[in-house]
Amino acid sequence: MAERCEVLVEGSGGTAPALILTEPISFWGGIDPSSGNVINPRHPEHGISIAGKVLFLPGTIGSSSASAVLLELVHACMAPAALVLHEPDAILLIGLICAREMEWSTPPAYKLDRSRHAGFAGAQIQFSTDGELSKT
Amino acid sequence: MSLTLTAEERNIAAGAHGDGAAMAMRIVADAARLLGAKRLIPVNSAHIDGALYHGDSGTLFAEKLVAGGAKVGVRSTLNVGALDLTGCAQIRLAEPQRDMARRMMDAYTAMGCEASWTCAPYQAGHRPEFGTDVAWGESNAVVFCNSVLGARTNRYGDFLDIACAISARAPEVGLHLPANRLPSLTLDCRDLDRAFLAQDIAWPVLGSLYGRLVGDAVGIVTGIGFDPGEDNLKAFGAAAASSGAVGLFHIDGVTPEARHHKTGGWQTSETIAVTPAMIADAQSRLSTSIKPDRIDAVAIGSPHLSIDEFRQLERALAGRKLAVPLYACTGRHVLGWLTESGWREALEALGVIVVADTCVVVTPIMREMAGGVLMTNSGKFAHYGPGNTGYDVLFASLEDCVESAVSGRPSLHRVQHG
Repeated sequence: MAERCEVLVEGSGGTAPALILTEPISFWGGIDPSSGNVINPRHPEHGISIAGKVLFLPGTIGSSSASAVLLELVHACMAPAALVLHEPDAILLIGLICAREMEWSTPPAYKLDRSRHAGFAGAQIQFSTDGELSKT
Repeated sequence: MSLTLTAEERNIAAGAHGDGAAMAMRIVADAARLLGAKRLIPVNSAHIDGALYHGDSGTLFAEKLVAGGAKVGVRSTLNVGALDLTGCAQIRLAEPQRDMARRMMDAYTAMGCEASWTCAPYQAGHRPEFGTDVAWGESNAVVFCNSVLGARTNRYGDFLDIACAISARAPEVGLHLPANRLPSLTLDCRDLDRAFLAQDIAWPVLGSLYGRLVGDAVGIVTGIGFDPGEDNLKAFGAAAASSGAVGLFHIDGVTPEARHHKTGGWQTSETIAVTPAMIADAQSRLSTSIKPDRIDAVAIGSPHLSIDEFRQLERALAGRKLAVPLYACTGRHVLGWLTESGWREALEALGVIVVADTCVVVTPIMREMAGGVLMTNSGKFAHYGPGNTGYDVLFASLEDCVESAVSGRPSLHRVQHG
């Protein structure tokens, strides 16, 4: 299975396990910036770490500090390996844009309709700089 | 159609005005691409929320801008930081975070931002003109700026706020465009008790309900019939922006865009009749503590207290000593008056703890206390208090908050809603 996605923010390609969030999340208050763990007890993936995963986001809840949390995750080397968003969230992705300006290693962000996320569940995923996602 | 930058903008992004200005312009341009903007527009004021410490990366980011020679290109006030630089209140932030928080605050002032350190810049002399484009951060400041002043801003989050301030530009999307400022939803309040609406407690409750009903849409509140005054509009907006992603509200006959529109009001596709039962429910949702037998602290001043609000506090206290601490959060724009008038000393002698430059939900000030009960009249403190401080929250009027702080036990007067 493979998908070609729009690249929202460029970053290096790689291979990492998929993590599919089943509900939207607010990075601020929802993700611990030092560990990458989902800390919102009301979220279905509570307790799971997003660090090093290909993170599929069905939606984001827009706290204006989401970018600060994502920048902090990149700085702490606890960011996802790649982000796959149902729709672009500029506030969140500014965290990646700033990380790139800081010359820190930045995960790529892709756009893919949420209906196509579940197909990657449990898989190891290869992702490319030009937006190709495939199961390995 | 994709984003087009002017030749000047491209030159700045390539480094013509230095590395810091280039970084800021690239961030604004990248955000504009993600937002689907076709061009950037000039902004003539900024309010920066990015100087609140969330971790070292934010400090390093600001210091990189400073090292690149970045300066703000427009008037830029600063929202709260993590420290009280005036020394009014003790902040329990430990090293090395304390030093990084201080470095962050210093970096923002080094770029030319004003050391206003307040979430109510609009009461500290920063009031953009009606119809002008600005780039403001901090949810309550954004909503006040759009709704009460009629200036135009989106909700600028961390890092984009300072990038817009440096480049003096913002992506032309969202609430900068007049068509997006029209209401799609009416909240009809004609069935609410006039005596209820005349009380200060009505406004954070109504705001909290508004935010939950409207989400990120633009709504208009009708059936109010009088101007509740700036401090009540401030409380309404702050509560609305805590419970929903609200950027702009209108109140028929009160807020400027609603007053400019005189042809029988706006016709929205949806109308919700607000009932006294909805208001009672919204008020009860602001408390997480049910019938506590004591309270441990009171916090007021989110958004930061105005001079008038200190006068109300002084009247309610009437010279009585407090049994539990009452944290009164404000900005330097009020602190000078408070100190010179002798009121600060008088209030502190009664047990009031004045907090300046910051507040009790963004940095550790109150003592850590499992099962502690915090009483507040602020819809915003009520919303963020439990998650950020660990205290349960009891929401009430200012008068009830003060009575409870005097006795140490909750005093709650029944509020009639309809």
